Amino acid sequence: MERWRRISLITLCLLIWVPMIVLLAASFMSLAEILDRYGVLFSHSDVPVQVSILPTYPTLRAYFELLFDSPEFFTMFWNSFLQVAPVLLGQLIVAAPGAWAFSAYEFKGRKLFFLFYHIVMILPFQVTMVSDYLVLDSFHLLNTHLALVLPGIFSVFPVFIMVKNFENIPKALTEAARIDGAGEFYIFLHIGIPLGKSGIFSALLLSFFEQWNAIEQPITFLKDKQLWPLSLYLPNITPAKAATVFAAAAVMMVPCVMLSVLGEEYLTEGIVSSGIKE
Amino acid sequence: MLSGHKSILPNKKKLYPYLFLAPSLIGVTIFSFLPLLDVVRHSFTDAMGNAWTGFNNYRIVWTNQAFLMALNNTVKFLGVSIPILLLLSLGTALAINHLKGSQRVFRTTLLFPLAIPVACSTLFFKLFFHELGWLNQMLPDFYADKDWLKGGSAFFIIVFCYVWKNIGYDMILWSAGLKGIDISLYEAARVDGAGRIESFRYITMPLLKPVTCTIIILSVLNGFKIFREAYLLAGDYPDKSIYMLQHLFTNWFVALDIQKMSAGAVSIGGGVVAMVLLLQMGANRRGRNGKMEKN
Repeated sequence: MERWRRISLITLCLLIWVPMIVLLAASFMSLAEILDRYGVLFSHSDVPVQVSILPTYPTLRAYFELLFDSPEFFTMFWNSFLQVAPVLLGQLIVAAPGAWAFSAYEFKGRKLFFLFYHIVMILPFQVTMVSDYLVLDSFHLLNTHLALVLPGIFSVFPVFIMVKNFENIPKALTEAARIDGAGEFYIFLHIGIPLGKSGIFSALLLSFFEQWNAIEQPITFLKDKQLWPLSLYLPNITPAKAATVFAAAAVMMVPCVMLSVLGEEYLTEGIVSSGIKE
Repeated sequence: MLSGHKSILPNKKKLYPYLFLAPSLIGVTIFSFLPLLDVVRHSFTDAMGNAWTGFNNYRIVWTNQAFLMALNNTVKFLGVSIPILLLLSLGTALAINHLKGSQRVFRTTLLFPLAIPVACSTLFFKLFFHELGWLNQMLPDFYADKDWLKGGSAFFIIVFCYVWKNIGYDMILWSAGLKGIDISLYEAARVDGAGRIESFRYITMPLLKPVTCTIIILSVLNGFKIFREAYLLAGDYPDKSIYMLQHLFTNWFVALDIQKMSAGAVSIGGGVVAMVLLLQMGANRRGRNGKMEKN
């Protein structure tokens, strides 16, 4: 039984490891080797692909070309940064206090607001893209970075994850602070934030993966391809840039995977929090 | 969970919760509530957004061939892939839970697909499923000239991509559910002579039911995101079998057909909300004791 478990789990993990290794290996190949092995991808040849988990002649040339000779890569990387960083910062400033209000206080309208948030959370992009479009159009924000940033900041998902975490803070603690004369903002900053910070990390980490992978939003709201983020670099690569495809994939993938390893605890916590429902 | 021991503030401090909530609430109102209401309004009016047209837009959408096909494909996709995902991820969670040692490696690995950008994973899948791709070279010659992304097999590739992406996510949710089950129940059952299978059937399964409903909801929501893979693998006009609602909306969007989009969005939104409510009710009816505990 134990052996079977191990074998099936290892098989499953191979399905995850092999793609990563193949992509990484290809990132160290020369252009000639890439075209030899994977030419069909760029309509360069009709020779069947020859997958390899090791490059025949390892070289860093693809990385050099990507870093020093691919201005469009840098533009898109910068676009991604401009579309992701403000969202995370904004969520920290907006969602954290909002979540604190829901979890620390009883107030009129609380249940109703929370229900609204719930409804907004479960609507898929297919539904909200029309409403997003209407509001972005009326503010003349279409085709600007803000078209992705503002809806991102006011996403309700991080609020829920933070609420779950703030709710674990013992009420005795905040009550005691209040009796000692601490103000409400002081309590939020000195009890809420420090004790709820793992929830905040979790929410921001999940948001990061979500925003970094944004595909529907940019292709819908950004007509100007000059504004497109890195997530759309690979799909739009021209055969002339074939040499950089795998290096670009590696540059996108490795930091994300490292982040998931380093932040595994928070990632797990965030997923579990998203699963707790009333 | 909404009730409980919240702080009841003295009168002069009653304003504070609203102050904390205001930035978020105002933003969500401007960027979500009001536009959503506007969409509902648009769904009942003509192209100028003035004249009331009753259910006309809905009639147009619900008789639109492309809409019916996309809806059918999306429902079919969810219907096929979610049971597969649920069973596989539950199996994985159980397998990891019972493992002696090295649990960490497997858990970490299974979370990678969540982190790997969709553009990267689809690059590999293209290599793999291409007409001249890796898969065809591993298969016997008999099958080896098939382009998996064309024809009905595209559907199963999308199912595969979805399961690949989400198995870690669901595994974590199942693990949390399993952790919430009191171990003493199993010990008591063992004393009473219950075997492994009976324990699973009569303890694990009933206690996991509420959790199951939650996992289904989250899996459906993640299922709507499969457009990313479908778009990156097959472009704007993929095989008919993977033409999803998002494709249709993207195409309507190009034509800026706000009436159709609004009526379609309200229909789908209503469907999703109704489904979640049903599952939520199911979860509550089936008992509150199995609620996920966070550790």
